[in-house]
Parts: sequence; C-alpha cells; structure tokens
Amino acid sequence: MPQPDVRLDRVTKRFGDVVAVDDLSLVVEHGEFFSMLGPSGCGKTTTLRMIGGFEETSEGTIYLGDADVTDLPPFRRDVNTVFQNYALFPHLTIYENVAFGLRRRKIPDGEIRHQVATMLALVELPGYERRRPHQLSGGQQQRIALARALINHPRVLLLDEPLGALDLKLRKQMQIELKRIQTEVGITFIYVTHDQEEAMTMSDRIAVMRHGRIEQLGPPEDLYERPSTDFVAGFLGVSNLIEGEVAGRDDRFAAIRLPDGTVLRAPSASVNGAPRVRVGVRPEKLRVLALTDEASSAANGLNTLDGVILDASYIGVSTQYLVEIASGQRLVVYAQNIETSGAAEAHPDGQRVRLTWRPEHTFVIGAAPMTPSDEQPEGEIHA
Amino acid sequence: MAGATARAEASAVRADAPHRARRPLGRRIGEAILPIFTALVVAYLFLPIVVMIAFGFNDNVGRFNFTWQGFTLEHYATVFSSQPRMNQALVLSFTVAVISTVVATTLGTLIGLALARYEFRGRGPLNLLIFLPIASPEVVLGASLLALFVSVGMSLGLVTIVIAHIMFNISFVVVTVRARIAGFNRSLEEAAMDLGADEMTTFRKVTFPLIFPGILAAALLAFALSIDDFVITQFTAGQTVTFPLWVYGASRIGVPPQVNVMGTIIFAVALLGILLWSLLQRRERTLRAGTGPGVGAGS
Ligand SMILES: Nc1ncnc2c1ncn2[C@@H]1O[C@H](COP(=O)(O)OP(=O)(O)OP(=O)(O)O)[C@@H](O)[C@H]1O
Ligand SMILES: [Mg+2]
Repeated sequence: MPQPDVRLDRVTKRFGDVVAVDDLSLVVEHGEFFSMLGPSGCGKTTTLRMIGGFEETSEGTIYLGDADVTDLPPFRRDVNTVFQNYALFPHLTIYENVAFGLRRRKIPDGEIRHQVATMLALVELPGYERRRPHQLSGGQQQRIALARALINHPRVLLLDEPLGALDLKLRKQMQIELKRIQTEVGITFIYVTHDQEEAMTMSDRIAVMRHGRIEQLGPPEDLYERPSTDFVAGFLGVSNLIEGEVAGRDDRFAAIRLPDGTVLRAPSASVNGAPRVRVGVRPEKLRVLALTDEASSAANGLNTLDGVILDASYIGVSTQYLVEIASGQRLVVYAQNIETSGAAEAHPDGQRVRLTWRPEHTFVIGAAPMTPSDEQPEGEIHA
Repeated sequence: MAGATARAEASAVRADAPHRARRPLGRRIGEAILPIFTALVVAYLFLPIVVMIAFGFNDNVGRFNFTWQGFTLEHYATVFSSQPRMNQALVLSFTVAVISTVVATTLGTLIGLALARYEFRGRGPLNLLIFLPIASPEVVLGASLLALFVSVGMSLGLVTIVIAHIMFNISFVVVTVRARIAGFNRSLEEAAMDLGADEMTTFRKVTFPLIFPGILAAALLAFALSIDDFVITQFTAGQTVTFPLWVYGASRIGVPPQVNVMGTIIFAVALLGILLWSLLQRRERTLRAGTGPGVGAGS
C-alpha cells in the first residue's frame, strides 16, 4: 500500500492581490514521478517553492509524510531542489558542491569521498571533482545540480524546469537520463514543466494547472485520452470539439445529438450529467473515407460525420486534413500514411468524405466554453 | 616610388571629391593629436606624484624643499627618526583609519545587505539618506559634527575623529557593497538552505565568500578616505594631530623631505593594494563568467 510522501491541504498563496496558488490540494505517493504542467504564470513554481520552504503559504498545510512542515525553514525539510538555473556555487569545486549537503550533516571525510564518487558515477561525470562549475557545459552543470541534491537521499526531490536551458537534443537525452536515475534511486520526484511532451514522457501522474488550481490530475494517458476540460484537451495536443446535447445513455455508451440531428456515441462514464456538452475526438483517431464506400461504416457501430475536404497537407509520416462538417465547423484529421505513398494519393481538396471513429475514442466535456483569457494566462487573477 | 604613387592617388582623390577628403583629414589630425593629448593628461595626473617622489631624494639645505639641489638617500634613512611628531601623527592616522575602516565596513556591509535584501519600512528613504554624507560638502559636515560634539559636551580628540570618519565611511561602504549584492544570485542562498545550511552557515559558506570582493573594495576605499581626510578631521580633532593635519602645519614653516618620503611609501602601498585588487577582480570575473545559463533569470 503506497503511502503519501507529500500532501498539500487547501494551500493558497497570495502575492498582494495576485492569487498565485488557489486552494490547492494534492497528494503525491511514495516513489512517484509526479509532474505539474501548465502555462506560464499558473503557479507551478510557487507551489514547488512552498513545498521546498522558500515561500510561505498564505493558507493551508503542507505535510511531508506525516509531519506538518508548513512553518519549517528549507534546511529543516527533508526535500531537495534542482533549480532551473542550477544554482551551483561558483566559488566551490564540483566536489565541494556535491558534498555541500553531507558537510552540513558532519559526515566524516572518508564517507563523503565515497558518496561523492558514487553520485558522480550515477550522473556519469566521474573524475570531475576538481573542476569549477564554469568549466562545465550546461548539461553537465545540470547533472551536478542533480547529484548535489540526490546525495542527501531526500524524501522528495523537487525539480523546477531543470531542462529548460538545454537544447532540444540534450533535453530528450536528459529526460531519459532523469527517468533512469529516478527509477534507480527510487526517490519521489515532483517535476515542474510547461512542456506537455516532457511531462507525458516521464511522469507517472500529471497535474495540469491553470490559474493556481489543478484542472485535472491523472496518468498521462488519462489526461490525453479523456481530458475533462477544454483547457486540458487543448493543452495536451490538438482536439476537435463539437457541441451537442445528451440524448440518452445506457451502461456503456451515451448518445449525443448534434444540432443537425446526427447522433454520436461516447463512453457513458465520460458524461457527468450536464445536458449541453461538447464531444471531443483527437485528430489521429479519425479515419477519412471517400463517400463512395459509405456502406460499410455506419453499420460497424462507429461514429460518423460527413464533410468536405478543405485542405490536405502531406507531411511524410502523416497527412493532415482540414474537414468542414455540416454545421460549418472545421475538424483536424491526422491520417497515418500506412498504405499511401505520396501526396498524390491523398484525398483531394473539395472531395466529399465521411469521417469515422470508434465511440470509445470519444470524450465528453460538460464545462463552459473556453474563455478568451486563456490566450494570455500570464497576469490573470483568478479569484 | 610606391610612396609617390600613393601620394598621387591621394591628391587625385582629393581633387575629385574635396568634401569627401575632409573627414579622413580630420580623422588623421585626430589620430595625431590623440596620443599627445593622452600623454598630456597622464602627465597632468602624474606630475605631482613624480615631483613628490623626486623631492624625497633631494639633498636640500635649509627648511625648504622646493628647488633641486642634488641626489641623496639620507631622508629614507632618517624618515622615522628625524620627525618624531610626524611619527606620532602617522600612528594616530593609522589608528583612526584602521578602527573606522573595520567599524564602517562591518556596519556598512550589514546595512548594504539589509537594503539590497529585505523589504522594510523606511527602506526607500534610507536608500537616499545613505547618499547624504557623500553628497554634502565636507566643510558643512565637519562644521555640523563640531557643533554636535561641542553641544553634547564631548571633548575633541581621537574618539571624535573616529566617530566622524566612521560616519562618512559607512556611506561609501554601503554604496559599494549594495552594488555588489544587487548582482548576486539569490538562488545560491536558497540552494545552500535547501542543502541543510541554516542562515548563519549560508552566510558564512555562500553569501560572504561571494560578496567578499565587494567588501574588500569597500574596506580599501574606506581606509584610503580615512587616512588622508583633512577637512572633517580638522573640525573634529581639537588638539590632536593626524598625518594630514601635521603635513599642513609643517608646510607653513617649510616641508621637510621626510614628508615626501612618507608620501612615497604610502603611495607605494596604495599601488600594491590596487594591483592586488585588480588581480582579485580578474579571478572574480572568471568565477562569474561561469555561473551557468540563466543566472539571475529565476522563474
Ligand atoms: N515574488 C512574487 N511576487 C509577486 N507575484 C509573484 C511572485 N512570484 C510569483 N508571482 C506571481 O504568481 C503567479 C504564479 O507564478 P509562478 O512563478 O508560480 O508561475 P509558473 O507557473 O512557475 O510560471 P512559469 O512557467 O512562467 O515559470 C504569477 O502570476 C506571478 O506573477
Ligand atoms: Mg516557474
């Protein structure tokens, strides 16, 4: 039975009039790779800094294990942080940087030497002891920052966009590296990022944040396949949303009627009682069929919508279509080029087509439509 | 031959486009004048010092040391023995400088830290007030201090001089240290605390070593300002005689060459200090260059 390592209980943080974190509750299990994902200014860093002890809470309680640490200074909390800018001590050698935490606990020299060597081996930088931080590349500094934190075997490691300063290739490499190290040491990671791909790659669970609140929390797959709000649907990739009304439901599926009378089916579990909803489907779940072979599709229990191809762009691995359906709404479709071999075989512009997809791949959102403020999340006050 | 061709070309250019030739000509004159100008400025700056050093070697007769009469090392041999009052004054000046430097550097560093770090009531006004002693005329400061000391009944002497020097030195220290801390990356201290260092340890292990060059610069500045202060000291010294006061007194009856020798020694020490300082700065720059990407851009 997993036991919680970190628990935030109705935590709020205000900076003057700005509510940076708004009544946020959260449980992170032991050994979990937990990510906080969200747009700039949504309160990720502030949340992390409150867990680390660098920012006082305005309201609420923070627990590490069973202990209430809300009012403890950083040096009394069993957590360590990897800072975005690494914050390596420029006046100390790599050895002394990594040994800093152990020295504070008065560990004997021999033991320190052994542990530093082990740590440097773990981050694959053995033999760098006598260098200074400025003699390392960005990626190497990042590893040292990680080693410096991990050597203390904290209960929880906090990472604030640790890969933000690295180029794309190094980023990808370090993502795998970080995940390897986390599995190896078995320490709980709380990872802050605004890169959804990064969060999806590494995390066991993700909290999508917005305006200082958690919008949705769950494993990456849940968030992607079954987003519960527009915001989550839009933040984790592209999605098509069509307005409709719940017309009925049974154990497995709910029927949703569109204004033009078409009925789509979606898993019953995703309908939460609101009568007016939006039906969503990811672009890669859609199949495009020329209207000539229509006979087969509807009978197979698939959702179908008819439309006209507005635009087709061949991009090698897939072809992207923009399809206008009866209501005038435009849907995006990513068609894998499994059987086609070139732009010539794509459906031409203006062709009448039928889009089909499986009801299981449909998600339903019952909330209010997206507000314009989502275009500029920064500086928004959400009371 | 090549020269002739070049000249011919140059004159051809000038004939073709006289207005275009004007700027290069101006620049050529500028280029010729610049070294001369620089040399003049440098001479202007260094001539007094050269004269001071040179006349320390002057084999002068009589009370005055204003005309060159021949080379001698005698004054160097007798610098500490021939002018006992000067020695006393020197010792006094050093005492004042050391005490006021230590006290002003300590207090000024703490004030600088507070101003750069913490939000507190009155921080804005204090930030401005700290400039007052730098901005106001020394004569006014000296006179006010004299009035203050007299009105509270303090007898003028070493203590009042030291108080006065600490007062004006603090401002310079605060300004120097504050500038240093402003460029300091706060997350380094957070990192130290994160790794288990309490406030005191963080200060000792991280903050202090990193702002030390700034503190040292401030201390050197304070020492230099104190050791040669004349105006404020004059007001607050009473019967006590510091080195600058003694030199001033002596100059009215003829400056002994030992003053030049003393001046030369002080100059040499200062030069050494500056050399040391610039070495430190260079080391510093390499340290700073490598604090990693995104320094100071904490999110
Ligand atoms: N020290 C502060 N003083 C005042 N407001 C602050 C402070 N720190 C953060 N804020 C505000 O709190 C909100 C949340 O900031 P936070 O740094 O947590 O965002 P973030 O999610 O980490 O964003 P980013 O992805 O850009 O790092 C923002 O509106 C920000 O302006
Ligand atoms: Mg942030």
